Amino acid sequence: MTYKYDFEPVFAAWPMLVDGIVGTLKMSSLSMVMGLSLGIVFMLMRMSKHRAPRALAIGYIEMIRNTPILVQVFFVFFGMPAIGIRLSGEQAAILAMTLNCAAYAAEIVRGGVQSIRPGQIEAGRALGMHGLDIYRFIVFRPAIRAVYPALCSQFILMMLNSSLMSSVSAEELTYFAQTLDSQTFRSFEIYLTLGVIYLALSQFFSIALGMIGRVYFSYPAK
Amino acid sequence: MNGTSMSEKAIAMSGVNKWYGHLQVLKGIDLEVGRGEHIVLCGPSGSGKSTLIRCINHLEEIQQGTVTVNGTTLAQKGGNADHIRRDVGMVFQQFNLFPHLTVLQNCMLAQRRVRRTPAVEAKEKAMRHLERVHIAEQAEKYPAQLSGGQQQRVAIARALCMDPKIMLFDEPTSALDPEMVKEVLDTMVSLADDGITMICVTHEMGFARAVAHRVIFMDRGEIIESAKPDVFFSNPSHERTKAFLSQILNH
Ligand SMILES: Nc1ncnc2c1ncn2[C@@H]1O[C@H](COP(=O)(O)OP(=O)(O)OP(=O)(O)O)[C@@H](O)[C@H]1O
Ligand SMILES: [Mg+2]
Repeated sequence: MTYKYDFEPVFAAWPMLVDGIVGTLKMSSLSMVMGLSLGIVFMLMRMSKHRAPRALAIGYIEMIRNTPILVQVFFVFFGMPAIGIRLSGEQAAILAMTLNCAAYAAEIVRGGVQSIRPGQIEAGRALGMHGLDIYRFIVFRPAIRAVYPALCSQFILMMLNSSLMSSVSAEELTYFAQTLDSQTFRSFEIYLTLGVIYLALSQFFSIALGMIGRVYFSYPAK
Repeated sequence: MNGTSMSEKAIAMSGVNKWYGHLQVLKGIDLEVGRGEHIVLCGPSGSGKSTLIRCINHLEEIQQGTVTVNGTTLAQKGGNADHIRRDVGMVFQQFNLFPHLTVLQNCMLAQRRVRRTPAVEAKEKAMRHLERVHIAEQAEKYPAQLSGGQQQRVAIARALCMDPKIMLFDEPTSALDPEMVKEVLDTMVSLADDGITMICVTHEMGFARAVAHRVIFMDRGEIIESAKPDVFFSNPSHERTKAFLSQILNH
């Protein structure tokens, strides 16, 4: 074929790409932290001995895990103004990703909690500790450690999925790439570059999360 | 009303029945344990020994009867279980140390969270009890870095940090390699010498002879026999006790 590669316009637009990287990093990290926190709340509800919170959590988790994330963010961005909640593209993206991440995190962390031997909880109870304290100080860290690799994969998947947030004009990498494409028509070069950047971001998250894990879970295993 | 007579007893169980589904695991348990008394509880596997002592600090619910600890009768649903657990320490077969905390932190956690003891004081007390079980030099290690015997001694220290008046032991040496049994039993003997009230599920008959005021034999959810150690071992009155003793003593 006679296509002439020309990466020049792509590299020339580097400030835009940097903005995109920053946007993607920011949205993903925020959603990970908030999603994990919210996920833990749903996990606790899911494991409650009371029926109502359990049913609520199951309903939520199933709803999120069985609908596309694109539909979820459309609902947040286009649907919620109907009930008076108007969010910017970026806010809608962070909210949708947080809600999405929470459902997956809840199930992953639940697996971790279930892997904790009942004797650990009994020891806490015998020492006079309360339900939430037992979770916070006894169950939590070993539970997260048990499922940390799965949690990290989920986080990375979510970072990649953040590219879908361009469809509500959230200013992340893919959004800027599309803008650049419409200005230069260098689709081949742009999306190839974009792919390489995402690959690098995945590696970055993988390494960073691994380091966090090694610090937080530095205690020796059995 | 009956406050005076009850308060002389550390533990009083009366008419206790417990079921798991259709299986009745405790049948009409009546047991009184005096202050400072040491009781060894033995019996075949599945006879309900663990269940019985776990009812005392309400790790298990009972369906009928009453459990009174230091004059406080346990509400059936365990509403006042926290109150009772303040006085009762427990040591488990599997140690159940918290793997992500150091030995010292294991001993400080409940002091900090339950008693709200200031850190300095909690640490001081933890070190005191770790010294007492001869393991203070391992305070900064994690449970996984210790031998089974060391872990069990830490578990004892952890329970002692809460100033229990009663200690429950559920087969504390059964998970240990033989060469480590002695160090744990020695620790328990020294506790007994200090006059703490103690119920110990164990088949260590040497220990029973040395410290028990009474040995109780359980079978199929019932207390079959309860006697002073010398009588229990030399002259048990029930056939089932004899059969059981001949089994474990032949080991
Ligand atoms: N959570 C449970 N659900 C159903 N049955 C149980 C449960 N825990 C114990 N049991 C049953 O209750 C009975 C008494 O068990 P328990 O653990 O008290 O016996 P044990 O005397 O301590 O035995 P071992 O010497 O093996 O520790 C057994 O038949 C056991 O199978
Ligand atoms: Mg048992």
